[in-house]
Amino acid sequence: MSKYVELKNHQREIFYFRLRLVISIGFVLVLLGILLVRLVYLQAVRHDYYQTLAESNRISIVPIVPNRGLILDRNGVVLAHNYSSYTLEINSSKTANLEATINELSTLVNITPKDRKRFKKLLTERRNSETLMIRNRLTDEEVARFAAQQYRFPGVEIKARLFRDYPYSDKTAHLIGYIGRINQTDVDQLEENDLAANYRGSDYIGKTGLEQSYESELHGTTGVEQVEVDSGGRAVRMLSRTPPASGNTLVLSVDAKLQEIAEQSFGNYRGALVAIDPNNGEVLAFVSKPGYDPSLFIDGIDPQSWDELNNSPDVPLNNRALRGQYPAGSTVKPFMAMAGLYYKIRSPDRTISDPGYFNLPGSSHQYRDWKQGGHGSVDMFKSIVVSCDTYYYGLATEMGIDNIFNFLSRFGFGKKTGIDLEGETSGLLPSQEWKMRRYKEKWYAGDTVSVGIGQGYSLVTPMQLAYATATLANNGIGYKPHLVREVRSSRSNENRLIEVKPEIDMKLDPAHLDLVKRAMAAVTQPGGTAAQAAAGAPYHIAGKTGTAQVIAMKQGEKYDASKIDERHRDHAWFIAFAPAEQPKIALVVLAENGGHGGGTAAPIARKVMDYYLLGKVPQPLPDATESEADQHD
Amino acid sequence: MTKRQLWLRFIAHIDRPLMLGIGLLMLTSLLILYSAGDGGWSRVLGQGVNILAALVCMWLIANLPLHYLMRTAVPIYLLGMALLIGVALFGEISHGARRWLHIGVATIQPSELMKIGVPLMMAWYFEKNEATLTLKNYFIAALLLLVPVALIARQPDLGTAILISASGFYVLFLAGLSWRVMGIMLVSALASAPVLWSMLHDYQRHRILMLFDPSQDALGKGYHTIQSMIAVGSGGILGKGYLNGTQTHLDFLPERTTDFIFAVYSEEFGLLGNLILLSLYMFVIGRGFIITANASTYFTRLMAGSITLTFATYAFVNMGMVSGILPVVGVPLPLISYGGTSMLTLLLGFGMLMSIETHKKLVKT
Repeated sequence: MSKYVELKNHQREIFYFRLRLVISIGFVLVLLGILLVRLVYLQAVRHDYYQTLAESNRISIVPIVPNRGLILDRNGVVLAHNYSSYTLEINSSKTANLEATINELSTLVNITPKDRKRFKKLLTERRNSETLMIRNRLTDEEVARFAAQQYRFPGVEIKARLFRDYPYSDKTAHLIGYIGRINQTDVDQLEENDLAANYRGSDYIGKTGLEQSYESELHGTTGVEQVEVDSGGRAVRMLSRTPPASGNTLVLSVDAKLQEIAEQSFGNYRGALVAIDPNNGEVLAFVSKPGYDPSLFIDGIDPQSWDELNNSPDVPLNNRALRGQYPAGSTVKPFMAMAGLYYKIRSPDRTISDPGYFNLPGSSHQYRDWKQGGHGSVDMFKSIVVSCDTYYYGLATEMGIDNIFNFLSRFGFGKKTGIDLEGETSGLLPSQEWKMRRYKEKWYAGDTVSVGIGQGYSLVTPMQLAYATATLANNGIGYKPHLVREVRSSRSNENRLIEVKPEIDMKLDPAHLDLVKRAMAAVTQPGGTAAQAAAGAPYHIAGKTGTAQVIAMKQGEKYDASKIDERHRDHAWFIAFAPAEQPKIALVVLAENGGHGGGTAAPIARKVMDYYLLGKVPQPLPDATESEADQHD
Repeated sequence: MTKRQLWLRFIAHIDRPLMLGIGLLMLTSLLILYSAGDGGWSRVLGQGVNILAALVCMWLIANLPLHYLMRTAVPIYLLGMALLIGVALFGEISHGARRWLHIGVATIQPSELMKIGVPLMMAWYFEKNEATLTLKNYFIAALLLLVPVALIARQPDLGTAILISASGFYVLFLAGLSWRVMGIMLVSALASAPVLWSMLHDYQRHRILMLFDPSQDALGKGYHTIQSMIAVGSGGILGKGYLNGTQTHLDFLPERTTDFIFAVYSEEFGLLGNLILLSLYMFVIGRGFIITANASTYFTRLMAGSITLTFATYAFVNMGMVSGILPVVGVPLPLISYGGTSMLTLLLGFGMLMSIETHKKLVKT
């Protein structure tokens, strides 16, 4: 390229660049023009209008908090509602000496030390300069007494507020949950989800249970009132009003009466019960014992009650049904049997001879059956009825952990069921890959043996086991369990039914189902492990007992309940569905430290089923001490 | 060497007209921050520190010869990209957006770095390929722009993404992207608008929708716009007087030291004050254009033009947002809003402008 050409190009290039630069300057001038027009419009043309707005003002925008939606059971029984009550509130920024004011107030209304502690806690947690409650549920008399003396207390006022009430209290605490005051974490979360505007003015938000998982339905839409306020901040005139829309009502599939009976049937036992309609996944009862009083949490729990709940050996705050993880014990056997049939490891009529123990080839370690001396000749049917351990040690070993993992995970083991509550745990269905990841160790044949009887690494939640039982009862067609059946809109008469559709169809062989279900029905017949609990029932119950070891037994040691600390006794399981031929209810009962599934867990299940299927309300309970169970698990 | 000679050497690379405009805007910033902070000194002092720190950086860049400046383009761009990817993977989430990265003691926001990094990289690329520019080069330059913009938009930080897109587009435009291609881009942008709409986060859609009717969301974001429009409008021709803005001092104005500081100024100084402020901005922008026109190399022309146009865009977007003609996208008013990061980014840009202006005699063509 010659020097001449390059130079010419350079000049042309400069020319084009300058042209573009002139266009850019034009662009900036256009932007400037737009801005000038806008500013002249706002500040000269519309000045009077905005001047009025700014002056007469100051327009104050007042949020109107919506009423929170109700929670009803399947028959319309109220499980959570609002009541209005008078509260005594203090604006700390307008009160000079808080301590003296409170002392003075206590001469007019009853203020307990608990109220004082709660107030102090609120004071440290408060957001901006709101008024804080010192007493709620004032009596009419207290209101009158304070009103007469109000002039002495600047910054103290009586307000009518809506409060949340849970009529079933501790019986539904783990199910309904509770609302609590909005704290900084909630504020951050709301801002993150761009919901802060709708919570302006709201004091409460769902913290656990359905109150939490259905918060967006229950809260409602906050209304706005534009009011003119004078210089003192008092409202003078209302300019416009967008009314609030109440939260939606939740109608649950839970039957409150059934829930109550289930809860009472536990007597003094701790534990969990989940009952499901296997035909659609509706949860009929959801119990975690012991419960707690949810109303303690609404306005901030006082430190003393908190310590009591938190340090109780019964851990009442633990939602056992949703989050408790236990070995499934023998309740896993029907599912193992289905797996054995599916992979054609065992034909139904093949019998094994049970000497009372099992050992792996080339090993002297004895995996013991619960029954010393064994069950003799055992086929698959009998293995379920008498809960033969030796049969399943062998079955599991032959099937291998990979097959067990693949089959049981389809029944939902090791996975969250996806129920409409937050915080569910997933249990543990071990696999080779899991053990490598967790312990950096390979899977041993011995690990498989104990998985066969629901021990070893495997853990389930009552919720999971209930889902698996319901799926088995419904011939392998599983529905995602759900507590809410219907959402009733407060705005329209539109009711949204929660959609039920099968999550999985395992396409199980009817012959296999028939065998396992018949064997489970025989469990509650004479000779089975839960015969006593089912005696006299006018319908057939298909069930399976189980025990989950709390402490490990040494080789050759014998389990003797009477010699063991109560909290180290085995947990009792019972899974069941009824009527066995056409199941309408499937449930799981866990009684912590209850010993034998047949002795403690099965009678609880019987009472629940009697009520659900026959409408029979149990008589006041006999003392729930452990009966001398003739059957062992 | 006399004192005077030392001083002259010290300011040798400071462009005086530009420095005058910037300085006046900074003084305005301190003045309004005193009012916006309700007569407290903390914001004023804080901003003073921000300004001093940023001025030091500006001085350093202004003294940096142009070939060094060019050499920083690739490392800055690569560092910015690495940090953006770092943010996407390990960033700290705050208010639903992943923008910040923890590095030891400090948290940094890499998208700020890219406000300089992207146009710098693109200008560098055009300079490298100056002799043989084809459509392919424009395409690659556009990719250099779009990749970081996509990462930033995903954080999501729509405001910054749009502004960086603008500064990159200015480089493409000044580099001579043909009108036909720009026409095609415009048409395809309009055609892809529905797709982009579906990719936006709910809150971003909400912000855009709210633009058309702020009263729809009187409790949330619309509140900001309503109140800032009242502030601007009630200021009138002459303003309510310094420290006398009712909207400001009765707590009706949100974010009044940062994004909405223009409302405070408008309320207290009125249309007249706004004309003065806009004149100051136009003075700075005008000087930027003169520097651009006189710039000696392809790289410096592109860089100077992009810096100047981007500065103008920031100012326009912020004032448009406060006066209710643009959505609330979270862009500060350049040189006035409280904040260290944006002050630093802006002065780095002005440092480059000064270097471009004062070193050009040395780079004889």
